[in-house]
This record gives sequence, C-alpha cells and structure tokens, in this order.
Amino acid sequence: MGYFLKRLGLALLVALVVSVISFGALRISGDIATAIAGEGASSEDIEFTRKQHGLDRPLPIQYLDWLSHALQGDLGTSLYFRVPVAELIGDRLPISLALGCLALIFAVSLAVPLGVVAALKPNSIVDRLALWLAVVGQAMPTFWFALLMIVVFGAWLRWLPISGNESWKNFIMPAIALGYYATPAIMRLTRAGMIEVLGLDYIRTARAMGLRSGTVLFKHALRNAVIPVVSLTAVQFGFMLGGSIVIESIFSLHGAGHLAWISISRSDLPVVQGVVLVLALIYILLTLLADLLNAWLDPRLRIE
Amino acid sequence: MADRDTTPPRSDGAPSPAPLLVVRNLRVTLPTLGGDLHAVRGVDLSVRAGETFGIVGESGCGKSLTSLALMNLLPRHARRGADRIEFAGQDLQALGERQMGDLRGNSMSMVFQQPMSCLNPAYTIGNQLVSVFRRHRKVGRSEATERAVYLLDKVGITGGRRRLGQYPHQLSGGLRQRVMIAMALMCEPDLIIADEPTTALDVTIQAQILHLLAELQQEFGMSIILITHDLGIVARIANRVAVMYAGEFVEVGSVDQLYSDPRHPYTRGLFDCIPQPGKTPPGARLGFIPGIVPSLFGKTAGCAFATRCAKAGDACRDAPPWHGDADGHEVRCHFAGAGPNPTAAPPSQGT
Ligand SMILES: Nc1ncnc2c1ncn2[C@@H]1O[C@H](COP(=O)(O)OP(=O)(O)O)[C@@H](O)[C@H]1O
Ligand SMILES: [Mg+2]
Repeated sequence: MGYFLKRLGLALLVALVVSVISFGALRISGDIATAIAGEGASSEDIEFTRKQHGLDRPLPIQYLDWLSHALQGDLGTSLYFRVPVAELIGDRLPISLALGCLALIFAVSLAVPLGVVAALKPNSIVDRLALWLAVVGQAMPTFWFALLMIVVFGAWLRWLPISGNESWKNFIMPAIALGYYATPAIMRLTRAGMIEVLGLDYIRTARAMGLRSGTVLFKHALRNAVIPVVSLTAVQFGFMLGGSIVIESIFSLHGAGHLAWISISRSDLPVVQGVVLVLALIYILLTLLADLLNAWLDPRLRIE
Repeated sequence: MADRDTTPPRSDGAPSPAPLLVVRNLRVTLPTLGGDLHAVRGVDLSVRAGETFGIVGESGCGKSLTSLALMNLLPRHARRGADRIEFAGQDLQALGERQMGDLRGNSMSMVFQQPMSCLNPAYTIGNQLVSVFRRHRKVGRSEATERAVYLLDKVGITGGRRRLGQYPHQLSGGLRQRVMIAMALMCEPDLIIADEPTTALDVTIQAQILHLLAELQQEFGMSIILITHDLGIVARIANRVAVMYAGEFVEVGSVDQLYSDPRHPYTRGLFDCIPQPGKTPPGARLGFIPGIVPSLFGKTAGCAFATRCAKAGDACRDAPPWHGDADGHEVRCHFAGAGPNPTAAPPSQGT
C-alpha cells in the first residue's frame, strides 16, 4: 500500500511538472495574442485580444487559470477549427490509442518470445537471427520502414490499404512500423534478463525438485526476467506516442499525432498544447501501471 | 581386482543392506578457455539405505560438482562421465531428462548451500512447496497444502498455515533453509543430497539444522549424502565418510575408523587443522597443510597430494592404489599398505 501511494504521489508530481512545461512551452513559442488575432491584425486588435483572453495578467495567474480549466476538461479553443480543443482530441485520441496498443502488442509478442528463445540457446542461429533483427530495427528509421512497407504491401502487392482509417486493415502497417521500433530494446532486455535468471540458484532448485522444463522456464524464470522489461516497455510506449506523430501522418490516420502535426504547421497552439498535455498524461499513467504490474510481479517491492 | 560394489560388512557385524546408490568412476570435466578442467576425477561411492554418507574436503575439491553430477544438474557446458551410476536399481545414465525429472524432488532430492537465494522471490513458500508435491503426486491443491503444513511442522516451523502465505524474503536464513529441507522432503525421497546445508548460517542455527536433519532421518529413514568442509559436522551425523582431495576420494571409512585411525596424510592434516576439545590447549596454534592444491587442468600422473605431503617419496609419482581392510576402511596412499594392518585385505582397486 505504501508502495502504491508513493508511486501515485510521484505520478501526480510528474503530471504537475508536465502541465507547467506544456503551459510554458506555449508562452515561449511566440506571442499568443498575435497568433489568435490572426494574420494582418493591427496592433490595437492584438492588444484587444490580449486583454480579452486575459493574456495581460501575470504568468502564474494565467497558469492557475489555465490549469483549473484544464482540470475541468476545458483545453481552450482551436484557432483553426474554432471548436473546443478537448472535443478535437476526444475525436482523434481513440485512433492513436488503438494504434499505440496494437503497436505495443506487436512489439511485445514479437520481442519477448524471441528474447526467450535467444536466451535459451545463446549464440545459436536463432540468437544470431534475433540479434540481426534488433540491429536492423535500431538502425532503420521508422518513417523509412513505413515507406518500405507502403511500397511493398500497399503499392506492389496491394494487400493492405495505404491511407485512411476506415477499417482495421488500415492499422496493420502503421502498428507494425511503430511497434518494430520498440522491438529490439525489449527483445535484448528479455534475452539478458532470461540469461541472468536462468543461472540463478532458485532455478537450480526448481530443477532439483523435478519441476517440468516449461514450469521452470515460464513460471520461475520468465516471471522474474520480465520485471525490468515492464518498465522498459512503458518507456518505449512513450517513444511510440512520439513516433505516432510521424506514422499517423505517413498513413493519413487521423489520430491525435496527426492532429498535432497539422496544428504545428498551422500554428494552432492551443491544440498543440492540448495534445502534448494529454499524451504526456497518458505516458505518466502507463508508467504508473508499469509500476503496479511490477509490484504484482515482484512481491519484494510491495511487502516490506 | 576386488569388487568394491559388495560393500564390506559393517564393523558392528550387522548384515549390510543393498546399497541405494552405487557410483563408479564418476568424472566431471569443465571446458574452459584455459583447457579442460578435470574437477571430479573418478569418484567411487556407495550409499546404503538409511545411512548418512559424508563427503569432506576443502572448498574447490569438487564436492558440489559431484553432487550435481549425481542429480544430472551440472552446468550446461560441463561433461559427466561414469562407468556406473545406479540409484535404487536404476541406471541413471540411461535416463532422459524427463525421466530424471520424475526422480528429482521425488525419490532423490537436494538441499543447497545458499538458503538466501535458493527460493524463488516471486512466489510464496506455500506455492513452491505445493507445486513440488503436485508435480510428483496426483493430488488436489488442498491435500498438497495439508502436506506442506505437515512438513513445515516437521522441520520446526510453527504456524505453518500462516507461513505458507509468506514470501522467502520475509524469512530469516535459518527459516529458509528449513523451508528448503521441507521442500526436499515433500515427496519422502529415498536420498537427500545436502551440499553444505549449514555453511551459510550462524553457528547456533547450524547446530539446529544438523540436529533437524538427523531427527528427520530417524523419522523418514532416507539416506543422506552430507557434503561439508567441516569434519566436526560430519562426525556428528554421518555413518561413513569420504575424504575428497583435488577431485578424488583419498580415504573412505566409518566415522569411528576415520577419527580414531586416519590413514591418509591429507586426512591427518585435516584433523590437525581443527581444534579438539580437551586436547588442544586454548590459544594453541592449529596445524595447517602447507602448499597449494594442484591444478585441476590436465591429468595428474601420480598422487595428487604428493606436492604437499611430508611423507612423499619416489613411489608417489605413480598413481597410488586403494588399500582396504576387512571392515571397509579404505585409503588411497602408497604408504597405507605398510600400515598397522597391511594384510587384512587385498588392495581393492587400482587407479
Ligand atoms: N560452473 C563452473 N565453471 C567453471 N569451473 C567451475 C564451475 N563450477 C565449479 N568449477 C570449478 O570446479 C572445481 C570444483 O568445484 P566445486 O565442485 O564447486 O567445489 P566444492 O563444492 O568442493 O567447493 C573448482 O575448482 C571450481 O573452481
Ligand atoms: Mg561447494
């Protein structure tokens, strides 16, 4: 329980810092009143806008005001769409989350078994193959891999649609492109963890008691080996959220990443700010979940 | 060549039961970057049902590898060889990994030296005990739980039911070793190999654990192979003892024989190294064996102990033969044959 409260407190603290950063980043990026007033506005117009939006008040007051609105789900209004930012994000976020989850599932279900198999026979063919896969994965930029898939499976073989988000088929290539990026790190950590754990005394005990090799491998070894992998996966998910901005644009998936991308190019700052904040909060939530999962996996964390 | 399988009658004259475990010429080799390490070099041993067989020797002499070889739990890269490994009439070398798994934890079990790291930190004591029992017996969870509580009680852990829900890190080293012993006993094995079960524990706890092992043996009647580097421990609970040096046994006999009449210079050296209550005056300097253990790389031509032996002579460049007497005291030294009782038995076995 103490562990849980500590983690929760930490998560709230990080969320607060993130809110300050995303508030501050917007102020630093340019004069908002000018942006809101639009191109060609006179200096009187700009001053009027500044007063109207309360942008002439001290920054801490503006922040608290912004925060209290944000906590009630009011993230301001899009300068381009002229609709509430929360509404825009609410429409687009499910697509990004679906993409992120699919990518994560793809990454984990490829990386963990590969890591386990590689650990069972270090330096075997499988191990080398897995290593090769990891090196290629880390060397290849995500966008390039995405384009490669579009060329092969979209344009040439015509198996999969290359843009839009009408059906689940639209998600396959983006999820693979995004997930593949996270695969090498997860795989290598699984492999290293398994190799280490398989050499530990309690694994020898399990074998000395005659437990079946499957039980030894999955119940006794993997459970302990994946503990660091869980934290890493949460971090990787964060990278994926970042990567989704590129991937969604390439595949024209109209998710939150795509929204952020077009809003940046249109200087639609409230939207950019909202997306950044929401993605950051999702990341914090995931890290918290990872901590909880680890506490479940490793009783030493939760029982003093 | 005399057959050392037919174990000689015990000195008390009782008929000897058939041995539970018979091992002939057990070898363990570890390939390393510097060449093959011959860690166990032709060990012979037989353990009778219900007896405690001690193996004593300095650390690094190959005791742990010998025990792991018997269980077929050697490190992956290690190679095992033997003329014979027979347990309860079964040829263990002919068994596959699966069949060995059926024996392990069931009819032969093991207790390790490291109580702090030998239990899985992720599972409760109960979970680990129950899963061992259910691996070998077709019983339900509740029956296995009953069994676990019963055995925790047997190893002196009270409040068993509450303990079942605890994790290893919540227990002290002594308690964990008791849990380990309970786990080894879950299926009432015929043989328990205890590899330095008390080395990592406090002196007072050591005594308790040894006492417990002896008590449990009285009750369950299993054989124990007790591995230790401490002659005092062996004297307390073993029936017969083998002294191991550089991968070989150099002397085998009953505790009485070894303690009253140590014949191998190495065994004598070991005795000089321990204080003897009543004999060693307080503060007296203990003996030590000068020299270093020979390298285990390559084959040693003659007696492995020759480099440290005060008695060593030209003869020691050849491998020493086994000399045994009628009551089963055997020693592997060129000079032992000329001992007080040279004609009692023919030398039992060469190399
Ligand atoms: N996994 C291993 N790899 C390489 N050498 C080993 C390994 N295990 C043991 N050895 C070596 O084999 C010899 C015997 O080891 P061991 O059986 O553990 O000795 P003991 O249990 O008598 O202290 C030692 O010299 C040790 O260094
Ligand atoms: Mg050892």
